[in-house]
Amino acid sequence: MASTPCPTCPIFPRHVCRRRSRRRLASTSGATLIDALLSASAAGITELLSPYPPGWGGTLLVGLLHSIEIALGATCLGLLIGTGGAYGKLYGGPVVRDLLAVYTTIVRAVPELVLILLLYYAGTDLINQALTAMGYQRVDVSGLAAGIAVLGFVQGAYSTEVIRGAILAIPQGQIEAARAYGMSPGLMLRRITLPSMLPFAIPGLANLWLIATKDTALLAVVGFYELALATRQAAGVTKAYFTFFFAAGVLYLLLSLFSNLVIGRVETWSRRGMPSLKEAR
Amino acid sequence: MTATSAASGMTAQSAAPALKHTAQDGAAEAIHVENLHKKFGELHVLKGVSLSARDGEVIAIIGGSGSGKSTLLRCINCLENPTSGIIRVNGEEIKLKADSHGHTIPADRKQIERIRSKLGMVFQNFNLWSHMTLIENVIEVPVHVLGVKRDVAIGEAEKLLARVGLAEKRDVYPAYLSGGQQQRAAIARALAINPRVMLFDEPTSALDPELVGEVLKVIGDLAREGRTMVLVTHEMKFAREVATHVVYLYNGLVEEEGPPEQIFGAPKSERLKQFIRNIG
Repeated sequence: MASTPCPTCPIFPRHVCRRRSRRRLASTSGATLIDALLSASAAGITELLSPYPPGWGGTLLVGLLHSIEIALGATCLGLLIGTGGAYGKLYGGPVVRDLLAVYTTIVRAVPELVLILLLYYAGTDLINQALTAMGYQRVDVSGLAAGIAVLGFVQGAYSTEVIRGAILAIPQGQIEAARAYGMSPGLMLRRITLPSMLPFAIPGLANLWLIATKDTALLAVVGFYELALATRQAAGVTKAYFTFFFAAGVLYLLLSLFSNLVIGRVETWSRRGMPSLKEAR
Repeated sequence: MTATSAASGMTAQSAAPALKHTAQDGAAEAIHVENLHKKFGELHVLKGVSLSARDGEVIAIIGGSGSGKSTLLRCINCLENPTSGIIRVNGEEIKLKADSHGHTIPADRKQIERIRSKLGMVFQNFNLWSHMTLIENVIEVPVHVLGVKRDVAIGEAEKLLARVGLAEKRDVYPAYLSGGQQQRAAIARALAINPRVMLFDEPTSALDPELVGEVLKVIGDLAREGRTMVLVTHEMKFAREVATHVVYLYNGLVEEEGPPEQIFGAPKSERLKQFIRNIG
């Protein structure tokens, strides 16, 4: 089969020519980007990122603060739900176990973005319908509370499984000893089960915390003012997209690095009774 | 409890100058088990066992693997719920009821917790709480279950750790200790609640042979001072030395029981003779 000649240049067959032209296109756009980056002066970036107006650094920091607030709140709520959920799954009756199975399955099956939209809009609507039905005024659910509730609900499902696994990993004899000495279930949870399961739960819970810090960005879709939305606003106004999204990335990274530091400390503390693996090697 | 055991201890010494302690005939019954049955599904582990321990007595339960001796001990404080039967601790009968699946469970959680806090259990695998140092392990139950003031409990715990030879290990976590040391700490933990009865579930079975002696010495000392004990063990020589009464279980039933001299010296049952021959 004879190859069709290229319409722009008769020398090369079409498919070869197209590849060449595309490569040429890529190299020019790359060059443009680098040019753009180089042309943006360091002084300009500092000015843009300055925490004081007209710089947008302050906006970003406020967004980061809101993100941290939500992540902290959601993680705490998630841990509460997770502890209760794990206990229910392990020791609850058949009804409790089934309900929890439905909860963890659905929450972990549906994309978080969809859940957030669903729970945020449907949830606030439901609350207001209930309120008006009972004869109260409609309320504006604060973005912070709604965000914490929605993300906490999602975190709770994952925490349930992490904590359930960690409780199962506790040497059973330690629970048995607590029972044999007459500890009540509440006391046993507080004094034995939670501290003993912690070393097994920390890696999983640390993952969940880091995911929570990033999931806060999903709340931008419901208009909650956190780091991602703040960045989009700053970038949109100034057209310095690269600068601001890069800065936001750095902020997320710093948050993760700081978290790792704290989590490392907590993990060392939680493993205080366990000889280190390095010594055992 | 301390007063009772001290009194009976003195009587024992005046009556029998030998090392071994014998209980008074009139001593109160600390543990009473009557016609105890335990089934695990289809498996009928205990088929009507009765057992009694008076204050100051040391009851040794012996028997082959699968004879139900550990299960019997674990039924006394309801770590295993008996299928049927009567258990009285300190004169108080444990109230049992059937749950929705037909399993027997304690009817009154508060009651079972109260009874458990009077029984000092020592496990085969020590079961010290790994996130607590030895001193924390020993004060845990006195402080959080019995409501003893922390500084008082620490004072007592230090004495107990010194008694089992672990005074200098008070701030060490269990994982850093040998099996023998862990078991001695577990005995201190049991003593810290000033138990009415001490329950030992094969306390030396998980230990290296050279560590068995140090644990047996501690248990022997307790027996000689008149502690009431129920001891499941494979150490026949030790059982003969410290027990006031030996119960031989075979296949979920008491095959033979009596004073150690009779059980080990002149066994009647063919199975017990066989067992002693094999194990000795």
